[in-house]
Amino acid sequence: MKTNEKRVHEPLFHVVKRAQIPLWQSMSIRVGAILIAFLFSTLLASLLLGRSPIQFLTTFFGGAVGTPRKVWNLAKDAAKLLCISLAVTPAFRMKFWNIGAEGQTLIGALAAVAVVFYLGGKVSNGVLLLLMFIAAVIVGAIWGGIPAIFKAKWQTNETLFTLMMNYVAIGLVEYFLKIWVTSGSGSLGEMKFGHLPTIGHKYFLLVACVLVIAILLYIYLNYTKQGYEISVVGESENTARYVGINVGKVIIRTMIISGALCGIAGFLIVGALDHSITAETVGGLGFTAIMASWLAKFNPLTMIGSSLFIIFLQNGASEISDMFRIDSSFPNMVVGIVLFFLIGCEFFINYKLKFRESAKKGEKA
Amino acid sequence: MNTLFSYLFSAIPLGITLLYGCVGEILTEKVGHLNLGIPGIMCVGGAGGALAIKLLRDSGLPPFLIVVIAILVSFLCGALMGAIYSLLTVTLKANQNVTGLAMTTFGVGVMKFIMAKISTITAAPGYLYALDYFRFPFAHTTNALKYFGVMLYLGILIAIAATFVLNKTRVGLHLRAIGENPAAADAVGINVTAYKYLATCIGSGIAAMGGLFYIMDYGGSPESYKTIESLGWLAVALVIFAIWKPLVSILGSVLFGLLYLAGSYVPGLFGINISLAQSELLKLLPYVVTILVLIITSVSKKRENQPPAALGLPYFREER
Repeated sequence: MKTNEKRVHEPLFHVVKRAQIPLWQSMSIRVGAILIAFLFSTLLASLLLGRSPIQFLTTFFGGAVGTPRKVWNLAKDAAKLLCISLAVTPAFRMKFWNIGAEGQTLIGALAAVAVVFYLGGKVSNGVLLLLMFIAAVIVGAIWGGIPAIFKAKWQTNETLFTLMMNYVAIGLVEYFLKIWVTSGSGSLGEMKFGHLPTIGHKYFLLVACVLVIAILLYIYLNYTKQGYEISVVGESENTARYVGINVGKVIIRTMIISGALCGIAGFLIVGALDHSITAETVGGLGFTAIMASWLAKFNPLTMIGSSLFIIFLQNGASEISDMFRIDSSFPNMVVGIVLFFLIGCEFFINYKLKFRESAKKGEKA
Repeated sequence: MNTLFSYLFSAIPLGITLLYGCVGEILTEKVGHLNLGIPGIMCVGGAGGALAIKLLRDSGLPPFLIVVIAILVSFLCGALMGAIYSLLTVTLKANQNVTGLAMTTFGVGVMKFIMAKISTITAAPGYLYALDYFRFPFAHTTNALKYFGVMLYLGILIAIAATFVLNKTRVGLHLRAIGENPAAADAVGINVTAYKYLATCIGSGIAAMGGLFYIMDYGGSPESYKTIESLGWLAVALVIFAIWKPLVSILGSVLFGLLYLAGSYVPGLFGINISLAQSELLKLLPYVVTILVLIITSVSKKRENQPPAALGLPYFREER
């Protein structure tokens, strides 16, 4: 249409999807993003607080891994996060966006607490723990299964459904707390029964359990028929249907597993750590877990690293907010900033920019 | 009768908070982006506006101007958050759910940081001062009007304007086309990227104003910011209830407000005796109703009640 056809506009670069990228290259992009994010948060914090960046960094690392006690705390928090991240992973692998881990974990914890409340002291500790475990798993599985049934039958949007289920779970916790606690304090306090035994350090059993779950899940997802079916459904539902996979069944089964794992997380939180419950017991970990799982590319073993990394950021930043007396929300800001950079850098891993020929070689024609 | 009035007068403004978030989210979802950052964006908007008021309070500007500036600042803060979201999800093609959740984490952190700073200095009087501004034309009247500030009307106007733009203008047609099938929209020459940025930024700006309304008008106390996040999620739920129609969301928001406060008012209203525990169950109503609506719309499969077809899917032109 233009009179001068030679002057067709060619963009400076265009975006091409990469077929594959060597591991060292993708890792160095990620590490680079983390470093930039760190630099950015450090500068921001020194501007906001009027402290030197060095002071910021030493406090940060000291707060995260400074003493053995802090390292154990790091391991404990990371294990909690890892357990929930593992739980959401099977669903994410089939592109079922379950953002209801918060509620599934909380309702599992509620079931475990209910067992202790009604049966504590009446049966032996071993039986009690077993019953807690079973109750948490079943209730968690139900909480995860309900949205899956509707998704499988009627394509009901799972993201919003599971999100709403979180609030129903929180409401139920408030309801039962009001029934169980008749004194004015409103909090349940630490319960005497249903404690998991301690082996060595008090957090050792928790960390070990979660690591075992990670390995089992890795095997389940990568080396079993069911794990393979999950991947096929995630890649393309039509392909799955074509090769004879019952997609609805896989969706429901996988979400029941997801919910049950969340239930286990709830059981571990109650049995090994809190021995009590509030509406804040999970405290947003259900959402953080989604990011941890995604950062690890839904690989259970890599997730150990991503959970440790997120908790490392949180604990380091919370030391800073303690030390410099700023609001305890500071860790959220740091985690948010680092995640922005990590999310953004994925683009450069999945795609590459191809600059136009003329820009490279100079004007020829 | 008195209880009924006070029930209505606290439910309607609460609903308007949700309305802002909901209309903003509808605009974003219409171009196919499920923005789970809305709670965080509302938080940032509220904090930004509150900060503006704090800074301008002693500047001697007329109250009217301060309110206008605060609203604009809040809108701009939200739009900035929307720009970050669009940069990540549109240009860098990142996963929408993960980006949205990171936005919420970040936004809540930023808000608490700012609010903790300014509320320790100003304390309550500063806020009540602001409250007067926000009830601007009717602040000193004694009738029912004193409950309704300028932002309440603004919220309803925005919802009506959004309906008009979406359904009656060319821009709206393009937006809806992108949400249904971005590839087809691209093929007929619509600038998909530009529209996505536009809708997300404006939508986020509108949602952000909801945060300001909640802190400055509805809450009117230095502590009120702490509950914005959960209201933000409720606003996302309201989008489903309103089946992606801003006009329906006006009614929906009032209904949600009524449901949300049912636990504190309904017993007194009908003289029913319910225990504290049972009133906790009443608070679940908005969420349960949303789930029911979600199920009913998906089971009935009526075409005009479905979410935008490309909701949540990334669009990359060279990937067919």
